[in-house]
Amino acid sequence: MRLLEINDLTVTFQTGDGEVNAVNGVSLGIDAGETLAIVGESGSGKSQTAFAAMGLLARNGAARGEVLFDGQNLLTLPQKALNKVRSTQISMIFQDPMTSLNPYMRISDQMAEVLMLHKGMSKRQAVTEAAQMLDAVRIPDARARITMYPHEFSGGMRQRIMIAMALLCKPRLLIADEPTTALDVTVQAQIMQLLGEIRRDFGTAVILITHDLGVVAGFCDRTLVMYGGQVMEEGTTEQVFAAPSHPYTQGLLSAVPRIDRDDDELATIAGEPPDMSHLPAGCPFSPRCDVVRPECPGQRPPLLAFGAGRRRACHQPWTEEA
Amino acid sequence: MFSYIIRRLAVAVPTILILIVMSFMLMFAAPGGPFNSERPLSPTVMANIEARYGLDQPYWKQMFDYTVNVVTRFDFGPSFQYRDRTVNDVIAQGFPVTLKYGFWSFVVAVVFGLGLGVVAAIRHNTWLDYLAVGISIGAQVLPNFVMAPILVLVFTLWLGWLPGGGWNGGQWQYVILPVIALSTSYMASIARIMRSSMLEVMNAGFIRTARAKGLPMHRVIWKHAMKPALLPVLSYLGPAFVSMVTGSVVIDVYFSTGGIGQFFVNSAFSRDYSVIMGITILVGVLTILFNLVVDLLYAWIDPKIRY
Repeated sequence: MRLLEINDLTVTFQTGDGEVNAVNGVSLGIDAGETLAIVGESGSGKSQTAFAAMGLLARNGAARGEVLFDGQNLLTLPQKALNKVRSTQISMIFQDPMTSLNPYMRISDQMAEVLMLHKGMSKRQAVTEAAQMLDAVRIPDARARITMYPHEFSGGMRQRIMIAMALLCKPRLLIADEPTTALDVTVQAQIMQLLGEIRRDFGTAVILITHDLGVVAGFCDRTLVMYGGQVMEEGTTEQVFAAPSHPYTQGLLSAVPRIDRDDDELATIAGEPPDMSHLPAGCPFSPRCDVVRPECPGQRPPLLAFGAGRRRACHQPWTEEA
Repeated sequence: MFSYIIRRLAVAVPTILILIVMSFMLMFAAPGGPFNSERPLSPTVMANIEARYGLDQPYWKQMFDYTVNVVTRFDFGPSFQYRDRTVNDVIAQGFPVTLKYGFWSFVVAVVFGLGLGVVAAIRHNTWLDYLAVGISIGAQVLPNFVMAPILVLVFTLWLGWLPGGGWNGGQWQYVILPVIALSTSYMASIARIMRSSMLEVMNAGFIRTARAKGLPMHRVIWKHAMKPALLPVLSYLGPAFVSMVTGSVVIDVYFSTGGIGQFFVNSAFSRDYSVIMGITILVGVLTILFNLVVDLLYAWIDPKIRY
């Protein structure tokens, strides 16, 4: 059994302008201890997939499908049981550490409440354990600084605190939603290094949601590319980077600036990201695709397995040298 | 923190002096005087009375003498209208009354206002939200001079449960109707502010974090959302508290409670200069004091605010 398995997940939001389909039939899975990257541009549904799995959708959002964690469907789990899964089994860290920590509470209180709730610890025990966890993510002088408020830490330190808080109950899966997007480049590298060490030391499976292909390359076992709320392709990170099988992935990779090539202009993918309330019936990428075929706009390509454990959703036949 | 309080109180002194000067100027700018009546007094009598109360002095001299008396002897002078009473007597008689029904109105407005606001926000776009919004809009648009007679009609005349007026030393039966009449519109305002700020806070990133940690909803609301949601309400509560405890002429007139709200309005009509000044200064001092209290509460809630 896989640690987490998402089957045909659909997320819709009721808005003033009608129904918006953020996620359209996404299926994915991750094994214990594995790292999976979910890559896609803003609005591709990558974050909403994670929020839906954790039951954290905004009030006007609804999720259909199946999110199996250890075989139990999180989407139909009663709130109380779901709260038990959160933190102890699955933790999540977010994009902006400036806003994801409560600015009105001491770090000690924010961290201790997790242990008091899930492990039944006393306040004193919980704060001691929390300070140890801050040590583990290398917050200098953690014991003294744990009583400080979030605004007294830098952005990178706050993200370390978020990570420490997420790991308090030793969860088996950590979902990192763009954990480095709001940080300086040098701090980004430190946070990614920290996540790598955590994965090694705690054996935690990690789902890394990002639009930064550079971050993915050095970190993840497998990569899943999303566009328009659908999975475009999936494979090991090496396969996807070396031989991208989907025109969208090919476009994405060619848009990454290369220091070893002397390009005058950065490559882009022509056109604009899709309007999620009016998706084409077929492949969401078809309006921007270079090799679009007559059937593409009207008929959605199925996500089919091919090669060595890879999947892709494209009508264009796959040839190794494409 | 301590030096901040001292500084704020020091700034209050010139503020109150400016308040005194401005009020004096406005008072003298208004036509008429305390001893003008339908039947004019003879000029000699008028001159005698004016000399007795110091009204024959130049304005600046009156203002100066008044301020000196207030500062040195806490003497706000005699009332012009109630011949044998001083302003201190008037306030000592009326203020405890308004303080009592005003304070309880404040408590009722805060408790029910916050409750309605939170419920409406948590159950956003459900019938509970619509009910809470409906109640607060109803309470808002119903002025207390409409509210008061309806309350008397229902609770006194129809049901016979509560007295329709009087004070009787502030016995609880006499306090309830004034409190309901005074608190409703404040309650409505608090509910509206609380609802919108709570809705905003519930969308914040740290609330999502709190939910992701597996905290039950009531804990998320109480421990994580309550404090930040209170901030906008707080700045409303300072002035609201002052205006409640200094009473309302409508309440005093309808329920014959004898609070200072009534004295204040009467004094303005009868040009009872010293009573106008006394109550103005009382309201001014309370406003300054409770704005300071609000600022201190801000610092207590928001750790980023340090004085």
